[in-house]
Amino acid sequence: MPFTAKSGKFNAKINAVEVGTGDKKITIGGENVLPFYTFDDAIANAPKVGIEITDGGLDNEPECVKKFYEGCTSVVDMAKKAATFEGVDFLSIRLEGGDPNGLNKPTEELVALVKEVAEAVDLPLAVCGCKNVEKDAELLDKVSAALEGRNAMILAAKEENYKNVGASAGLAYKQIVGAESAVDINLAKQLNVLLTQLGVNGQNVVMNVGTAAAGYGFEYVVSTMDRIKAAALSQNDTTLQMPIVTPVASEVWGVKEAVASEADMPEWGSQEERGIDMEVETAAAVLASGSNAVILKHPESVKTISKLIKELV
Amino acid sequence: MALKGLDIFKLSPKKNCKECGSPTCMAFSMKVAQGAVSIDACPYFSEDAKAALNEATAPPMKTIKVGAGDKELALGGETVLFRHEKTFVSKTRYAVSLCSCMDDATIDAKLAEIPHVDYERIGERMFVEMVYVNYAPESGAEKYLELVKKAAALDRVLVLGCTDVEVAKQAVELVKASKPVLNGADASNYAEMSAVATAAGVVLGVRGADVNELYDTVAALEKLGNKNLMIDVGVNSVKDAFATAVQFRKAAIKDSNRTCGYPSIVRVGELAKGDKHLQAALTSVFTMKYGSVIVLDQMTYAEALPLYGLRQNVFTDPQKPMKVEPGIYPLNGADENSICVTTVDFALTYFVVSGELERSGVPCNLIINDAGGLSVLTSWAAGKFSATTISKFFAEADIEGKVKSRKLVIPGKVAVLKGELEAKLPGWEIIIAPNEAVQLVKFMKDLTA
Repeated sequence: MPFTAKSGKFNAKINAVEVGTGDKKITIGGENVLPFYTFDDAIANAPKVGIEITDGGLDNEPECVKKFYEGCTSVVDMAKKAATFEGVDFLSIRLEGGDPNGLNKPTEELVALVKEVAEAVDLPLAVCGCKNVEKDAELLDKVSAALEGRNAMILAAKEENYKNVGASAGLAYKQIVGAESAVDINLAKQLNVLLTQLGVNGQNVVMNVGTAAAGYGFEYVVSTMDRIKAAALSQNDTTLQMPIVTPVASEVWGVKEAVASEADMPEWGSQEERGIDMEVETAAAVLASGSNAVILKHPESVKTISKLIKELV
Repeated sequence: MALKGLDIFKLSPKKNCKECGSPTCMAFSMKVAQGAVSIDACPYFSEDAKAALNEATAPPMKTIKVGAGDKELALGGETVLFRHEKTFVSKTRYAVSLCSCMDDATIDAKLAEIPHVDYERIGERMFVEMVYVNYAPESGAEKYLELVKKAAALDRVLVLGCTDVEVAKQAVELVKASKPVLNGADASNYAEMSAVATAAGVVLGVRGADVNELYDTVAALEKLGNKNLMIDVGVNSVKDAFATAVQFRKAAIKDSNRTCGYPSIVRVGELAKGDKHLQAALTSVFTMKYGSVIVLDQMTYAEALPLYGLRQNVFTDPQKPMKVEPGIYPLNGADENSICVTTVDFALTYFVVSGELERSGVPCNLIINDAGGLSVLTSWAAGKFSATTISKFFAEADIEGKVKSRKLVIPGKVAVLKGELEAKLPGWEIIIAPNEAVQLVKFMKDLTA
């Protein structure tokens, strides 16, 4: 008697969101099954992998990442180089330097940089703010204007600044709006509702429902994503059917397992290997929980996760 | 699956003898259905009826025990597909593989490497709990048996990967007291393998060319009366292995198909074909989705640190918060003169706060209070993180005897405690931190600048 599995295909599906323009355009989401459940139904669009650079350029990267950008003298050079790495589907630039508690770079300077990067590469783009909600309201507004026509992901609108970021990115300049909430299904849902009430088309929204490095409260990430996918697919909750984009790099390259030097922790071995494994294991886990795209830093991680996705889809 | 009282009543002796303590057989049956009394309270239920009922009331997924004595590990026994539905009960176990096809130098290096990863994280010992010993026919039986002996010396639970019945028999004989898993039954040898495993009292791993053959072989073994099994999801492809792991677990738990209700073995080392980063990624995927034992080619700190952290997170009971041990945690090379920072013992708070403090590079003593494993605001609201509890903890833990600094930073969210704390902890300067942990880096730098 052969094994007969009941199909786990759902009638509802995750929104399919296009990012970028032209030949390199990608589609995120669109599936009607749980993550990688290809035996239930074909996955419409395989999850995508983005590579992250920052406005800080090479100085801002860990030693083990620097060597991949040898010869690059500017952020634009890095962007061009990043676009050539194996497995890269889109480019993400994080404007960390804008943080008023950090370097507090002026908005004009950062927007000019984003514009230069956008002209240098034809990959789909994601732009991450500096995490300060007031600064991001202004910064991401200007970035949305500068990237008009590129159909970029603007990461992200939060509860505190969704009106500015949502109106600018979603309504005025027709970008893809990222909705960022802190590891809670209700907060994620509420922000999506607020954005759509503002007039933003839900089909042009992606979610960052929050993440953590593996071992750092990751159980909340798993359960939040599991519950969001269950609500979106089995209960056809249209306010949670936005695809999930998870910036992994900015979480994992800060924890001690990834950054402690070999001199400090001799028994732990190679710091580069620890960083890569922290990044790939976290990324693999968020993909298995339902992320439709991940943003990574180390080229080897990008290549590995891209390979993992090919093997599974 | 819940059985109805009427179903039990049909099988009952219907004597209404009251010997069980219930007035009628019907009443007794109802109580059994609710789980209020054991069926054994009735002396007249026939053995056949009891067996039928035990079968029907058994959990959808078997708990399989491997290893002996204090090395014993429980696998499987899950009742839900997602941790938020209740909790996962048996965490994934990791094995490192050895093969008789390896040369002696490689084997010795691996044997030396396996015990290397061994550390503690939030009260849990993290180490390689199992060793997989694979038999490659070209090496000959003798070399394999030698390898099994060497692996046994590591004192971990063994999995013997061997599809040759004769060799398997000898290997099991060598180590049967330690209750290894014999992973070697397939469609061609299952009856003989089952006899070997049953005679030695060990768990039998089953594999198949595809999911149907695997299922049929498990069904055939069950027919022979062997239900001490594990499912090897195979190494045909990553996609097939994932499909088998997920589909079997789903069929067992959602559709009560007990033939699928056994823990799994996933050989990710072979699936990754030598790509160690892909192996790390796959281990992560199968920890999330239904790998009971995952077999890797190697386990260094690079793979282990994120992996064991992930496992600890995924397998925590959602109803019980993870707690860290209260006490003083010196950070960034702090000594007794370094500034003190205090917060609660909720593991997530601890990790976020200690992470940010470490990033600040400022030496400080992080003092973790006993706050019932709740977050800052929750424990404050519950009265478990107040001026009284903090000062009491300071006295009990003799903080003043251990630290000379008299500067204490408290979370911004409980700024209201400042006045009362100054009264209860005379001599201490109470400093209010920002509301969010991410702001700690700048705050600490400014504070000590």
